[in-house]
Amino acid sequence: MAKTKVKSFDPAEKPAKHGWILTLVFSLLSVFFIMPILVVLWNSFKVKSSINLTPFQLPNGKTFVGLENYIRGMQQINFFAAFVNTLTITVLSVAVIILCTSMCGWYIARVNSRGGNLIYFLFAFSMVIPFQMVMYTLSLVANRLGLTTPLGIVPVYLGFGAGLATFMFVGFARSIPLEIEEAAMIDGCGALGIFFRVVLPIMKPTYITVAILETMWIWNDYLLPSLVLQSDYRTIPIAIQYLKGGYGTVDWGAMMAVLILAIVPIIIFYALCQKYIIGGVVAGAVKG
Amino acid sequence: MKRTVRRAFPLFVLPTLVAFFIGFIVPFIMGVYLSFHKFTVVTNTKFVGLGNYVKMMGDESFIHSLWYTVLFTIVSVITINVFAFIIALFLCKVFKGTRLFRTIFFMPNLIGGIVLGYIWQIILNGILAHWNITLQYDAKYGFWGLIILMNWQQIGYMMIIYIAGIMSVPTELLESAMIDGAGSFERLKSVVIPILRPSITICTFLTLTNGFKLFDQNLALTGGEPAKSSEMLALNIFNTFYGRVGWQGVGQAKAVIFTIIVAAIAFVQLYATRSKEEQM
Repeated sequence: MAKTKVKSFDPAEKPAKHGWILTLVFSLLSVFFIMPILVVLWNSFKVKSSINLTPFQLPNGKTFVGLENYIRGMQQINFFAAFVNTLTITVLSVAVIILCTSMCGWYIARVNSRGGNLIYFLFAFSMVIPFQMVMYTLSLVANRLGLTTPLGIVPVYLGFGAGLATFMFVGFARSIPLEIEEAAMIDGCGALGIFFRVVLPIMKPTYITVAILETMWIWNDYLLPSLVLQSDYRTIPIAIQYLKGGYGTVDWGAMMAVLILAIVPIIIFYALCQKYIIGGVVAGAVKG
Repeated sequence: MKRTVRRAFPLFVLPTLVAFFIGFIVPFIMGVYLSFHKFTVVTNTKFVGLGNYVKMMGDESFIHSLWYTVLFTIVSVITINVFAFIIALFLCKVFKGTRLFRTIFFMPNLIGGIVLGYIWQIILNGILAHWNITLQYDAKYGFWGLIILMNWQQIGYMMIIYIAGIMSVPTELLESAMIDGAGSFERLKSVVIPILRPSITICTFLTLTNGFKLFDQNLALTGGEPAKSSEMLALNIFNTFYGRVGWQGVGQAKAVIFTIIVAAIAFVQLYATRSKEEQM
């Protein structure tokens, strides 16, 4: 990350004289803040009988079991398959959503017809409707149409996620000056040419914002895939919930290990594109 | 140019539109329709008028979950925003590590609700074990547990929005306030907070809808135990659909009411944002 000089918003504020006290206080606060994850991490190496009642004890000679929990957890829910399913669904759905909704959004912004405005209104309307309203009937429709596989769920995500994504693309497309596109058309570009050569590069920041918002939603989504997917396809959240319910008493050792396995990809993703994630979240919150 | 673009309708709009019908429009209309019918399979429905809505009002678990959700939402909106605002104020000061601290506080926001629920179940049960009880012992433990969980998840997110707002306060305003002799508390009260009103509105409504629509965290932390007493609205609707045979129509009626409440919140927000923009 680029190093810029940290400046306070308040001019009266000099670089705090006792800045080290604040640094110390916030360091302690940060450790406290990530403590829940650390607790799960060290419990994932403990024998399962010593987790539930004494989670705050570090593993010791008696309770340390190495990677046993990880092996058992991964086997019980077939974690690898769940990971592949989640990755497939997330990557494909996000790719399809940003491609289709950006084209649709640009069309609505440019054509500005009555039909287009009606669609735009319906998209905006769908943004405020909670999933519970359509969950039962959506699972029936998806079932009837055979959209119950990791590939089949992609159009379902496109449909339910279309509102917010299109809405954001329409907003951005309206701010692009028409002259650039008109110049491209005079140079002989058709609608596709204008879109892919001119509009798409300009809209890159919106693509990143929408992609990040949709990735965070779909990767972590539990209810929609649990209702739509056939029972032999599990995503990570479904697998975790299954680990809880599937075996009578909960195997907390396996649970701790699987929770860590679920968090690691998120932390890697965060470390890689932290700047875009924070920026995208703010942009999404302000516009959505 | 309009004509060139217009001709591209099938390619540009149709895929999204078809998916939108499958994923939203058709289920939505079916949902409204079914809320007036009694059924166990959708091929065999019987019109019951407002019967489902009447049955819903007589369902104690629903009324309980409604108030539980309202109370939860109020407490979570206040706590999350107060903590996020205070942390944001501190992290806008000049000292070593502010960037790292922001990164750390934001992180839990990326973790999904189911995972969050089980992380906090082990932590809170570990603490409650000192008194030989668990989260499922009483609804109040589930309530405060969920408040702690949601604070942990959302403080960082709201903090980022507040920081962006605080950083956009014009320096000149603060300087002139300082020359006029305003102390740091007065500068905060009379300069910073009024300018932050849009950020405060956004964060209030985000936490409001997040609280109202909460499902995954509720399911994973307590699952509504004991005896449905920590069940929030979304989970109550889910359990009505999938846990009670013959109650699907009532579940759908609950979902319609739920939708009306959530949509009402959204419209109030739209109105609040609009009228404030006009003032400025």
